[in-house]
Amino acid sequence: MESCNCIEPQWPAEELLMKYQYISDFFIALAYFSIPLELIYFVKKSSVFPYRWVLVQFGAFIVLCGATHLINLWTFNMHSRTVAVVMTTSKVLTAVVSCATALMLVHIIPDLLSVKTRELFLKNKAAELDREMGLIRTQEETGRHVRMLTHEIRSTLDRHTILKTTLVELGRTLALEECALWMPTRTGLELQLSYTLRQQNPVEYTVPIQLPVINQVFSSNRAVKISPNSPVARIRPIAGKYMPGEVVAVRVPLLHLSNFQINDWPELSTRRYALMVLMLPSDSARQWHVHELELVEVVADQVAVALSHAAILEESMRARDLLMEQNVALDHARREAETAIRARNDFLAVMNHEMRTPMHAIIALSSLLQETELTPEQRLMVETILKSSNLLVTLINDVLDLSRLEDGSLQLELGTFNLHAVFWEVLNLIKPVASVKKLHITLDLAPDLPECAIGDEKRLMQTTLNVVGNAVKFSKEGSISITAFVAKSESLRDIRAPDFFPAPSDDHFYLRVQVKDSGQGINPQEIPKLFTKFAQTQTLANRNSNGSGLGLAISKRFVNLMEGHIWIESEGLGKGCTVIFIVKLCIPKRSNESKSPFLPNANHGQSSFPGLKVLVLDDNGVSRMVTRGLLVHLGCDVTAVSSSDECLHVVSQEHKVLFIDVCMPDGFEVAVRLHEKFTKRHERPLIVALAGNTDKVTKENCMRVGMDGVILKPVSVDKMRSVLSDLLEHWVLFDTM
Amino acid sequence: MDSVVQLQRQLVDYTVQLFNEGLLDDQFNQLQQLQDESNPDFVVEVVTLFFEDSERLLDELAKALEQQSVDYTKIDAHVHQLKGSSSSIGAQRVQKVCIDFRNFCEERNIEGQVYLQLTCQKCLHQVKREYSLVKTKLETLFKLEQKVLAAGGSIPWPM
Repeated sequence: MESCNCIEPQWPAEELLMKYQYISDFFIALAYFSIPLELIYFVKKSSVFPYRWVLVQFGAFIVLCGATHLINLWTFNMHSRTVAVVMTTSKVLTAVVSCATALMLVHIIPDLLSVKTRELFLKNKAAELDREMGLIRTQEETGRHVRMLTHEIRSTLDRHTILKTTLVELGRTLALEECALWMPTRTGLELQLSYTLRQQNPVEYTVPIQLPVINQVFSSNRAVKISPNSPVARIRPIAGKYMPGEVVAVRVPLLHLSNFQINDWPELSTRRYALMVLMLPSDSARQWHVHELELVEVVADQVAVALSHAAILEESMRARDLLMEQNVALDHARREAETAIRARNDFLAVMNHEMRTPMHAIIALSSLLQETELTPEQRLMVETILKSSNLLVTLINDVLDLSRLEDGSLQLELGTFNLHAVFWEVLNLIKPVASVKKLHITLDLAPDLPECAIGDEKRLMQTTLNVVGNAVKFSKEGSISITAFVAKSESLRDIRAPDFFPAPSDDHFYLRVQVKDSGQGINPQEIPKLFTKFAQTQTLANRNSNGSGLGLAISKRFVNLMEGHIWIESEGLGKGCTVIFIVKLCIPKRSNESKSPFLPNANHGQSSFPGLKVLVLDDNGVSRMVTRGLLVHLGCDVTAVSSSDECLHVVSQEHKVLFIDVCMPDGFEVAVRLHEKFTKRHERPLIVALAGNTDKVTKENCMRVGMDGVILKPVSVDKMRSVLSDLLEHWVLFDTM
Repeated sequence: MDSVVQLQRQLVDYTVQLFNEGLLDDQFNQLQQLQDESNPDFVVEVVTLFFEDSERLLDELAKALEQQSVDYTKIDAHVHQLKGSSSSIGAQRVQKVCIDFRNFCEERNIEGQVYLQLTCQKCLHQVKREYSLVKTKLETLFKLEQKVLAAGGSIPWPM
């Protein structure tokens, strides 16, 4: 018999208690078994739990505890030894595990606690990041708003639109109650309410600019919070109990264009500012955030830039409009001037023709009269009529000339003439008039004055006649002296003509003519006016004076054309005056027979070029005959050919001049062949082209083939004469178109 | 004496009229200037040559225009000659219609053949008309001159 170590229940009456213990143990075991299962289940579900083996341990511990309790169930009654062993084993195991677990927990619990700390930390961090995210988002939104605002503002160059858009967008972005812009008045002493957001037609408030609150805002470039009660913020009537929202004001620099003109950069002292006032909704307890203030400042700057652009654009548009107006006006003026010139030219052309026709009749009939039998007095009268009519024709020509003179298209008609005869002729013409006025005229020609000279005889005569005529006209009594001599270098440099630097040389000389009268004289101050067209001085206007006043002006122009100078000296009223002019004339190389310089109708039978051998090439029979006749008339020995071959065959060193009609197909070629045939200049004849037109191309072609000159067809006798003279003098023909 | 003066006046008037109508220009004056004792019939000679030359050219022109295929280069050359001659003696209007004629010929690239031919014929017609006008007038002028000379007066040239 084994000893029974089991303790027999002392109180068999405690079956109820034991039953409850039994049941409790059962449920405990159940719970103990289910808890690890739950744990395993949930741990399996979650993947992050790092303490698996702890869990295993814990599970084991629980399981064993449960097992213990379960086995305990069997110990209430009689049980075998196996049960006891099992019980003991399980208890031992449980003890081991629970001790291990207890030991482990010592390590683990701090960790577990720290997990909690970390979790708390991360939560804080997340909250912080959230806050920052919120901030960044707000900023980004602000940036977006600014960009949008800027885009809106800068998309227009109209000042009004810019400002209106600014207010609207700001109001929208920041949800403002009111937004207002105060602009400085022109005087700069006040700010005027110019634009508001809500009120359509803002009443014209003004506030003086020197308020402390305004100074405060203007002195800083930041948005400044101001009191809602300040005058600039009191735009809307305060409705009783409403608590006004916070108000912020910012300055908007106004860049004036003048700032950029004085220096390169605008000066700070002359800056003008506008004031932008923004009000938050009342009763909203909203406050101005920093980012909102920044937004406002940025917008204010952008507005300033946009306004300056708008101002510049306005300025440039205005300038452009002004220029266009001026352009139109100038164009109009130019067209008017052109029309006037055309009208004048047409008038002159017509009048010219109309005047010439009766003049021709007068001259022709006077010539006819001359041919009849007349008494000497009658003859003298007829001659004077003829001379006067010729003079008149010349005058008519000169009215046309004057317009051509002014255009610069007049050219002198150079020719050889008798210089002495010019002065005698002038004297003869003026004598009758002078003797009527009982004026004494003397003519003094210097002994060294050449008898012949080359120049424009007609115009020299006209100038001299004009000067002498004036002397006679404006002298009531006394004498008039005309002196003509060759000017020497010393006398050429006259103080009255400071910019006249004549250079005498061998082939030309300067003729100096002085006409002194003892008449009314001229006030020295009036002298410059005399040479202007159509001007008559007060002192000279009297009953006897007449004439359009063109004379001196034309004379001056002629003298200038002759590379000379004309001026008047007078000591004052009543002391007479002296008119002096100097002109350049060329000295003829060969002595020519004198011919009457005045009557252009005098007999032309005289030849100027006796025996000059000339060759004419022209394929047109009529033309050839005319040219031939012309040259024969001038005394030349003419050979006329009709083809280039014949020309080259006939030409020889004896021919001095060759006239080629360049309308011929091979006209130019002849010139080239001629250059080939005669290589030395003095052997070949001078080649002159007879051209139908005088355009640049023709002239260039003539130059190119080496012609010595070009003449325009048809050629007049005088023209041919002067051409030949020039040719033989200078060996080349200048422009004689 | 009176008749001479009258004739001379008639001559002068007639010449002035010719100038006024534009039939003659200054070149004719130049021609008259070339007439002198050594060359007393210069003007008549030149003008006669002009008549002969022009009539020849006008015939050539008429023939050329009647061809099947018209050679405009030749026509241009003829008109050019006529222009040169008329300008040499101062027949202003003949010269002008010659210039117009040449201008038409230069446009031959653009217009059609038939149109050009018709235009040229029209121009030729004009030239012929002007030419005969100037010829008649000049012949009358010369007759008047003859009358004056026959009556013992002298010709008051040039004007």
